[in-house]
Amino acid sequence: MKRKLEVSELIFKIISYTLLTVFALACLYPFVYAISAAISGRSAVEYGEIVLFPKAIQFDAFKRMFSDNMFWNAYSNTLFITFYGTIWALLYSILGAYALSKKRLLFRKFFNFFLVFTMWFAAGIVPQYLNYLDTQKVFQAIGITDDKWLVVIAMGMAAMNIILLRNAFEGVPSEIEEAAIVDGASEFQVLTKVYLPMSKSTIATVALFFGISRWNGYFWARQMISNSNEHPLQVFIRLRLEEFTDAEAMAGWNQPYASDSVIYALIVCSIVPILIIYPFIQKYFAKGTNVGGVKE
Amino acid sequence: MKSKAADFLIYDEASGTYKENPEQAVRDDVEKHYWLHVGRTILKDWRLYLMLIPMILVFLFWRYFPMYELLGCFKVSDEVLPVSEQLFSGFSYFKRLLVGGDDLSAEFWRAMRNTFILSFYGLCFGFPMPIILALFFNEVKSNIARSVYQVLTYLPKFMSTVVMTSLVVMLVKQGSLTSGMGIVSQALSSLGWISADVAKSGMLNNPAFFRPIYIISGIWEGAGYDSIVFFAAIIAISPTSYEAAQIDGAGKWAQMRYVVLPSILATIVIMLITRIGSLLNIGYEKVLLLYNTNTYVTADVVSTFAQRYGLGGAAKGIASAAEMMNNVVGMLLVIGANTIARKASDVSLY
Repeated sequence: MKRKLEVSELIFKIISYTLLTVFALACLYPFVYAISAAISGRSAVEYGEIVLFPKAIQFDAFKRMFSDNMFWNAYSNTLFITFYGTIWALLYSILGAYALSKKRLLFRKFFNFFLVFTMWFAAGIVPQYLNYLDTQKVFQAIGITDDKWLVVIAMGMAAMNIILLRNAFEGVPSEIEEAAIVDGASEFQVLTKVYLPMSKSTIATVALFFGISRWNGYFWARQMISNSNEHPLQVFIRLRLEEFTDAEAMAGWNQPYASDSVIYALIVCSIVPILIIYPFIQKYFAKGTNVGGVKE
Repeated sequence: MKSKAADFLIYDEASGTYKENPEQAVRDDVEKHYWLHVGRTILKDWRLYLMLIPMILVFLFWRYFPMYELLGCFKVSDEVLPVSEQLFSGFSYFKRLLVGGDDLSAEFWRAMRNTFILSFYGLCFGFPMPIILALFFNEVKSNIARSVYQVLTYLPKFMSTVVMTSLVVMLVKQGSLTSGMGIVSQALSSLGWISADVAKSGMLNNPAFFRPIYIISGIWEGAGYDSIVFFAAIIAISPTSYEAAQIDGAGKWAQMRYVVLPSILATIVIMLITRIGSLLNIGYEKVLLLYNTNTYVTADVVSTFAQRYGLGGAAKGIASAAEMMNNVVGMLLVIGANTIARKASDVSLY
């Protein structure tokens, strides 16, 4: 009996480790391959000789990209959208979630439904597009001609994030709030001095959700930003991939790198910032999904 | 005017909510001046309501106003006039799409079918993977090793759709004069799993490969991250349950069957219901970035159909009508799934 038990556990353990290793490597491989292909020499890439490690290393593909002003432009646009977009979204989400977390709020059920309904039903791409066109007109009429502000202000709202915040605020013990009120704190002070410090990790999680979705935003940015100087990085990458034709590749025949390498270099550059901060933010994301099971 | 019922709502300490004042005189007064009393209560607490306003406006402008634009699918003239001035056309766009009998109608049905097939396959193949991964994570007893596995498998989730699809495009692309075939196409064709011709002409240009590529890249992207919630349920199982099972002579498989599975069943059911609820919310970005005219047969979903006709072309009414149908079915699925979850587990998802 004892013997059989050990065997079945051992088998399962071996299977687990093997498949986990395979899957983990499969998750990592495309990135490693992209780096290798970006820094490999021309013929190695063109004849498909790269499997894992780079061959005939060159950094000219990266150099070419770094010397491209449009690339830096796109990068700074993405930083702009991510920074202001996250702050703006956090601002109205925290204020709204705080009000919603108060049981004394009149029509609380209605406001909750107002939010939750947007998770059930979306108008769809075409009405949203018409709406953004109108918004654009309004923005231009009041003097905001930079479409990045349209992306920052009018996009990226997520009812789910507000509900996460609301649940966190509801979990703050009311005794602490009462103590603060007795000490003469105003409503706003209660929020900033009591609620915010006590739900730091949820706020960090939500900020990261907003931040990542802003960093990664593509479709609406491409639809609404017509000026290519204002394109964020994701749009820039995609346009490069689409323009990438044989004709263009032939034009660079005397370069030390293959035309593919430029695309790979672009991909690598766009994921490096995420790879750098990823180990630090990873635990907040794990937390975020665990509090995802919400109830009303 | 001094009302008898200045405090028509009384704060109830016990429940922390406002109750209506039970006094008859007050109730009569409230009936007469309901909105006045509401206004007074709000004024007393105006800071709280002020805080709500930005959020309400943002959602109103950019989530609810589009729903008003959606009425365009019932109106006759496309785009020139604002929605409010268009003539009512009834259900003509819907009829055209559903029973038009022409190419457009056939294309719509194809998109509808593809939406269902893609989401169904995504559910069948994508849903079990995170659970299996969580079971495997549980076998790794060393914390460091497990963290390494977790960090690696969550990684693809953080890549944008554009980066992810660009990688896919590059990995399976066709060969040409100046660039080699994608490494995955190369590997698959040298293994003999796909023919050399297919590999050479590009797997993304072949309708037969769109669904597998879409589903597998979806698993690659999300399985690790989605396993978090199952893993949390598994590590919550008390070690004594395993010990009891071992004393009763349960091997690994019996432990899985009688200890682990029953313990995480509730989580599985809830996640399954959530998945079914969002079944029709196909990520249109990903399809849009992966498909091309060669693969419309298997790849075109309702959102991309709407995008092509509504944003690319000028048939905004038709496009809105198509999305309207997709989204209404989607909403019914969400509400149905949520109701079932509430009944089955006392957990409401929203």
